Amino acid sequence: MADKRMTEEEVVAQLQSGMTIGIGGWGSRRKPLSLVAAIARSGLRDLTIVSYGGPDLGLLCATGKVKRAIYGFVSLDTIPLEPHFRAARQKGAIEASEIDEGMLQWGLYAAALRLPFLPTRAGLGSDVMKVNPWLKTVASPYDGDETLVAMPALHLDAALVHMNLADAQGNSAFLGPDPYFDDLFCMAAERRFVSCERIVSAAELATSPLQSLRVQRWMVDGVVEAPRGAHFTECLPDYGRDEAFMKEYAASAKSPEAWTAFYDRYIAVDHKGFLAAMEQRS
Amino acid sequence: MSDITRAEVCIVACAEAFRGDGEILASPMGYTSMMGARLARLTFEPLLAMSDGVATLTGFGRSEEGRLTQTAEGWIPYRTIFDMVWHGRRHVMMGASQIDRFGNQNISMVGDFAQPKAQLIGARGAPGNTINHRTSYWVPTHNPQVFVPAVDFVCGIGNDRARALGKTARFHHLHRVITSLCVLDFETPDGSMRVRSLHPGVTLDEVKAATGFELAVAPDLAESRLPNEAELAIIRTTLDPKGFAAKELGA
Repeated sequence: MADKRMTEEEVVAQLQSGMTIGIGGWGSRRKPLSLVAAIARSGLRDLTIVSYGGPDLGLLCATGKVKRAIYGFVSLDTIPLEPHFRAARQKGAIEASEIDEGMLQWGLYAAALRLPFLPTRAGLGSDVMKVNPWLKTVASPYDGDETLVAMPALHLDAALVHMNLADAQGNSAFLGPDPYFDDLFCMAAERRFVSCERIVSAAELATSPLQSLRVQRWMVDGVVEAPRGAHFTECLPDYGRDEAFMKEYAASAKSPEAWTAFYDRYIAVDHKGFLAAMEQRS
Repeated sequence: MSDITRAEVCIVACAEAFRGDGEILASPMGYTSMMGARLARLTFEPLLAMSDGVATLTGFGRSEEGRLTQTAEGWIPYRTIFDMVWHGRRHVMMGASQIDRFGNQNISMVGDFAQPKAQLIGARGAPGNTINHRTSYWVPTHNPQVFVPAVDFVCGIGNDRARALGKTARFHHLHRVITSLCVLDFETPDGSMRVRSLHPGVTLDEVKAATGFELAVAPDLAESRLPNEAELAIIRTTLDPKGFAAKELGA
């Protein structure tokens, strides 16, 4: 049996500047932030990030890693607007490919199924079509009166997702209420990395509800044990969103000094260092 | 019942937008909108299906003591909601940072897209919602900054754009816009926005002054309906006992 265990730093070593990276989770929910932080403190740059965006995109914007973002929204949920993403957009620092959130799913699904595109009505008539000239339409071959968006496959060089449990082979369980689109991110990607709260034996993993075993070893190349690896986003049932920390994160966008202090304390250190900093905080 | 508040009128107006919807998913965004959908569910529209805001399809009820009860009816993770959007058995009530006279809505950004003056949340599901199923809007702050001649980015598509698309947009249906001042609809020959009713104490001139484009007016312009005794009891004891809806209301 393949042992796919690795560290955040070993994941980053498999990534290159200019890559397209998909990040699982949703907004401020179950984001693989220990992996995102490892990218943020790496030498990688010019990344294209595909995400149901939250602080993952914000952190990577704040550290200058993002060339292009493909997203339907970027939000911290209880804080509706992502301050670092906003700052990057308002400086014109990143190329924005804003699409409907259903189109994003369709692009991942097309890539997962090795199709060039999947048809949808979503996007038609909206300015999503205007600001994304790479999106084309297609006439239905069955009924020429009907023109649809041909949502192109969003091929990912790498996917990063966070799960509650995994075994060393990459079989994983989400134990919260929603799988989000994590399996699609993995299936759309060349290299697939799962971080998780705990690595357990295959026997223990098998005691999870069958329906929770959505991300499976055939869609996973590397497994990182990262307790509180999604913090400060929620990772139910292990922990909820850390609202106080999120306020601290949002406040870090207020000045370069505030950001530097936040970065030095929580991002420049590795995940163990991050956990220690969290310990001191509470 | 002279102590009825504007917020309570708005809750009832939001509820009324879901009247007749039957067994479809009602997806209200915003607090007052959510209270309205729940009020409809607990009174005249009992078949409405609703989310708990996370991933549970939830049956809402009322205990004997008047507390809101919630019973899981189904599992609706985001991908199931996306399926329901494209399937069409859904009525969304979204917010709008900007909206124009044909109901084109913007929640994306203000200014120039390449470098916006203000980046907002993003288009989210607005393009797919509006082209696939019935859509209403809840605008807690009715002013000329929201009701604009032209939006900076069309997320939810309006009646003019839907018309230009032809057959593909046959499921597009803008229903109501509920605001802090009035209820609007699109029941005009060209599908432009029309004042349907004014909230008690609001004048037509006030609405016109708060709107950045010319409004049609319903020939039978009425006063927005007040909550009845039963509805008032549900709002005050079950849905919004702390009166949060009032805090959402702007000028």
